[in-house]
Amino acid sequence: MTNKFSKTVSFIVIILVLYSVLSVDYSSLEYFTLSSFKNVLIGLSKPDWNYLYDGSGEDVFSLMILTINIAILGTFIGAFLAYPLSLVASKNLYSKLIGIPKFGKFVLNVLRAFPELIYAIIFVKVVGPGPFAGVLAIGVHHIGMMGKLFAEEMEASSDYSFEAQESVGASFWQTMFYSRIPQVMPIQASLILTHLEIAVRSAATLGLVGAGGIGAPLIFAIQARNWGKVSIILIAVILTVLIIDSISAKIRKNLQ
Amino acid sequence: MKLKDTIHRDFPKNLLIVLIILALLFISVINTGVDLMEVFRNSDQMWRFLSRFLKPDFSYFPNIIKPMIQTIKMSIYGTFLGVITGLPIAFLGSMIFTKNKTITNIAKFIMGVVRTIPSLLLAAILVAIFGIGEFTGVMTIAIFTFGMTSQLFYQAIDTIEVGAVEAQESVGANKIKVAFYAILPQIVNQIASYTLYAFEVNIRASTVLGYVGAGGIGLIMNTSLGLMRYDRVSLVILTIFVLVFIVDGLSGYLRRKLS
Repeated sequence: MTNKFSKTVSFIVIILVLYSVLSVDYSSLEYFTLSSFKNVLIGLSKPDWNYLYDGSGEDVFSLMILTINIAILGTFIGAFLAYPLSLVASKNLYSKLIGIPKFGKFVLNVLRAFPELIYAIIFVKVVGPGPFAGVLAIGVHHIGMMGKLFAEEMEASSDYSFEAQESVGASFWQTMFYSRIPQVMPIQASLILTHLEIAVRSAATLGLVGAGGIGAPLIFAIQARNWGKVSIILIAVILTVLIIDSISAKIRKNLQ
Repeated sequence: MKLKDTIHRDFPKNLLIVLIILALLFISVINTGVDLMEVFRNSDQMWRFLSRFLKPDFSYFPNIIKPMIQTIKMSIYGTFLGVITGLPIAFLGSMIFTKNKTITNIAKFIMGVVRTIPSLLLAAILVAIFGIGEFTGVMTIAIFTFGMTSQLFYQAIDTIEVGAVEAQESVGANKIKVAFYAILPQIVNQIASYTLYAFEVNIRASTVLGYVGAGGIGLIMNTSLGLMRYDRVSLVILTIFVLVFIVDGLSGYLRRKLS
């Protein structure tokens, strides 16, 4: 990297940052007062423990279980449908027909392009509000995300065992099941777990549009300024995410 | 591969894993009330959406130029704030810099907690506190970027060559000097590349942020969704697409130049 180039780039970056800082509209801050902020903080520091579990099925505990269920099922649907698509999109499986993997990649890119929130809004319209809409939204979005990564792993797999099998007369499907797939399976399994972590986070938010899970009660609590409830939900979300992350990190370590 | 790793010896273990996964799926299916037929019964809804969606309303484009610039500004500002605050805590989260387990663990805990809060929830809370507006979006992006980049920065610091740090310490440099002259020069490229990455992610997230009223192009998308103007929604998504594509290309170019 030339010195002059880095100087020019830094100069442009500084100008851009300065411009953004100076031109952003701060008018919303007029309504912000320190005392109200203090009230929020005090409210957040007093979690409403009664809401944690009351056996009604509308408490934090049951909703968190539901959120995790949405994530698991969504990830499963995503992985299940992403696998065949990733096989269509892997370049190294098609020696001459370049068009097929290109088409597969295109489909995956399109699926990935829409934010999960949009899928959630569509599926809430299609199947009605509820956890199932969340499952479908996470599933469809994750087809694109996982499919791309699956295909990349497949393309990066080594050709040695495949060539060895082919040279002794194995058919396409035999090389597929005895060389290609076993090679990439551990990495792909760990990718699925990573995406389960992501899915738990999104399942917690998709409730904002009515797709089930903990999101809906949270947005109601925020709108009602019921900070005690907000606080207990946030604690639950953070704890759940941390626990799921650490479990999946442990499993992934064992996979490698 | 040893003999005990072969499929036959492992069979009970694999069977157990499969059973656990099946049980989890079974519970999930019951709990979420999955009804696949529903999808097919109401699929005309989806086609109605798609048919409008596939015809973007290009005549609306002039109206979204301003919010788009707003979004870019918010992302730049938010990324900047997030990186500026994320860097010091990343230093505190690395044993190489602090040599103190307590400080490191506290810093790591803060990073972990901030990172686990989903950005949409964060935006919703900040909107409730600060009200609807551009600055709220900036704050959300800043906190989100803080969580994302501090993690990456501290991993970068943890993998540096410690020789330079030790050399400076041995001649009596204080912590600040060590940070600026021994650690920072080694990770400056990574900082730049992670910052660019965060900026990309933030531009992508702007669709979602508008949903809760945090300003920018997402706000336009939200109102269009409310009015069921899916042709405009698709225009907004297309625009963000192009924007991300440009930012992607630009940051890819810069990152190649950097390495």
